[in-house]
Amino acid sequence: MTQEGEIIISVKDVHKWYGEYHALKGVGMEVKKGEVIVIFGPSGSGKSTFIRTINRLEDHQRGQIIVHGTELTHDIRNIEAIRMDTGMVFQQFNLFPHLTVMQNIVLSPIQVRKLTKAKAEEIAMQLLERVGIPEQAHKFPGQLSGGQQQRVAIARALAMQPKIMLFDEPTSALDPEMIKEVLDVMVELAKSGMTMLVVTHEMGFARAVADRMFFFDEGQIVESGTPEEIFKSPKEERTKLFLSQILSH
Amino acid sequence: MTQSNTILPPLTERSGVIRWLRKNLFGSWLDAILTIIGAFIIYWAAKGLFTWVFTVAEWQVVATNMRLFMIGQYPLEQAWRLWTALGFLMFLAGNSLGIWARKSYITTILLLAFPALLTLFPFGDEPRKWLIILTVVGVIGWGVGRTASEKLSRIVIFGWIISLPIFILLTRGFTPEDGIMPIVGTNLWGGLLLTFLLTVVGIIFSFPLGVLLALGRRSELPAVRFASILYIELVRGVPLITIFFMAQLMLPLFLPPNITIDRVLRAMVAVTLFSAAYLAENVRGGLQAIPKGQFEAAHALGLGSFQTMYFIILPQALRLIIPILVGQFIAVFKDTALVAIVGLFDLVGIAKTVLAQPDFLGLQREVYVFISLIYWVLSYGMSYLSQQLEIKLGVGKR
Repeated sequence: MTQEGEIIISVKDVHKWYGEYHALKGVGMEVKKGEVIVIFGPSGSGKSTFIRTINRLEDHQRGQIIVHGTELTHDIRNIEAIRMDTGMVFQQFNLFPHLTVMQNIVLSPIQVRKLTKAKAEEIAMQLLERVGIPEQAHKFPGQLSGGQQQRVAIARALAMQPKIMLFDEPTSALDPEMIKEVLDVMVELAKSGMTMLVVTHEMGFARAVADRMFFFDEGQIVESGTPEEIFKSPKEERTKLFLSQILSH
Repeated sequence: MTQSNTILPPLTERSGVIRWLRKNLFGSWLDAILTIIGAFIIYWAAKGLFTWVFTVAEWQVVATNMRLFMIGQYPLEQAWRLWTALGFLMFLAGNSLGIWARKSYITTILLLAFPALLTLFPFGDEPRKWLIILTVVGVIGWGVGRTASEKLSRIVIFGWIISLPIFILLTRGFTPEDGIMPIVGTNLWGGLLLTFLLTVVGIIFSFPLGVLLALGRRSELPAVRFASILYIELVRGVPLITIFFMAQLMLPLFLPPNITIDRVLRAMVAVTLFSAAYLAENVRGGLQAIPKGQFEAAHALGLGSFQTMYFIILPQALRLIIPILVGQFIAVFKDTALVAIVGLFDLVGIAKTVLAQPDFLGLQREVYVFISLIYWVLSYGMSYLSQQLEIKLGVGKR
């Protein structure tokens, strides 16, 4: 078991190419258990690619990624072990449209964690209450609003009882009035002590709960620090410019 | 402006026969002329058709040979086995409608009443009795399905799974000459019975094979992928009739003389292998329509490749391609007619033998119109049921 303050994700000098395009150019990061990390930067900066290498939705071609004591290699068993420990929430929700909300949530706990159906449904119901939509359990995803769908997606990821949660722009596809309901769930989750990596431009969220922030540009980490340091006294010109663009309105 | 926030009812179209005719058929001078010309063409064609059907055509050829058209040379004293098998299917169909299609009254009535309606055609007394029994069995099955709880649904699914083996077992028999179910050789199977069995076997076995080939074609293992592509492209590149010729005429040349494979079985295998190649491409189309995010979400949840396919991707992909699948199944049904060319007596084969009898020379029109009607009714039945299934599954609505 990992102790509070122990390093749970260790990333060293990770490179990634898409064909000729060099998407990640030597990224390194260490995340301690219980930390909330916010990753931001312009589009095409590699921030999404980076977060997706952590559970190997993208493979890295050079460098080392160790998650919860297991190194990510081509070994399928390591990949499966890490995916059981990491939950992921996507920009486009990616709920399974042919399954009800309840079936979406219990599928993986039953099939992968081998829980009984009754146990899985009990956990699912608790999680739906936690994200505030227990009454939607037997609807299909297409019948829910975007904000509700994203909260189901969070509940679905949590049902696997992950040690780490990865959020890939969770509010970018939402209508403005629905962003808050998702952020509220994420804030609650952060305060409960979950280790979180969040790619987002929601600076209010970062200010409220982030322990550290990383600014990505052109496949590299340009600057990192506490929200205080990043917002009050950014050192790099690019960080200043980007922050002024997204905070100006 | 004093625009109040009242909700106005939608504007109603005024209806009425005259208004409808004016709007749709006589909207302008050109429309009116086209309508009149069209009416004349329809009148002329319909008059010709009805005159032929009711006064010229000699339907006696159909009535006399009804048994041949339905079951070929299958011994009449064993026909009760086929009726029993049909009764089993009818019971299952009634059951399924009662359990899963409670609100589809029209479909239910059409399907259950279908055998009884067939008594209007010139079947003998014995078949008519059986047809009535089929409807009764279907209605009983429906009643049972409607009242029984969810537990029955598993039994019904199991029933469907074993229905084809049971049908074939009853058709073929399993005891020697003097037993209760003497074996009836496949050389005696014919008519609609043979067409039906070729089609059902072709569909049921080509479907999983097609899915496997589609997955194989997308596999990351080069050997599997290459083998799948080779198979699909090879089979799609030749006409079905050449595969039948190979199976019926060339295969025996390569086999040792003491080994013979049943001819009907060879035809079934040929249909299956042929259809699988087409199905594979249809399924692949469905797989490609599934967004990448679905795979990613499944993988991120720790589901393995097989689980992802089985629980997430295939159910969505197959739902998307129901119309294409049914198109393929209807094509299989009609393509089985080609076995007549290699000497099997399916509906078309029987039609040819009937027409070769001296009594029925020159009655091609009657015979071919009749078997076309059978093909049409069953093809349209499949199409209709698939549309009901789509509505039921909410395809296209989400």
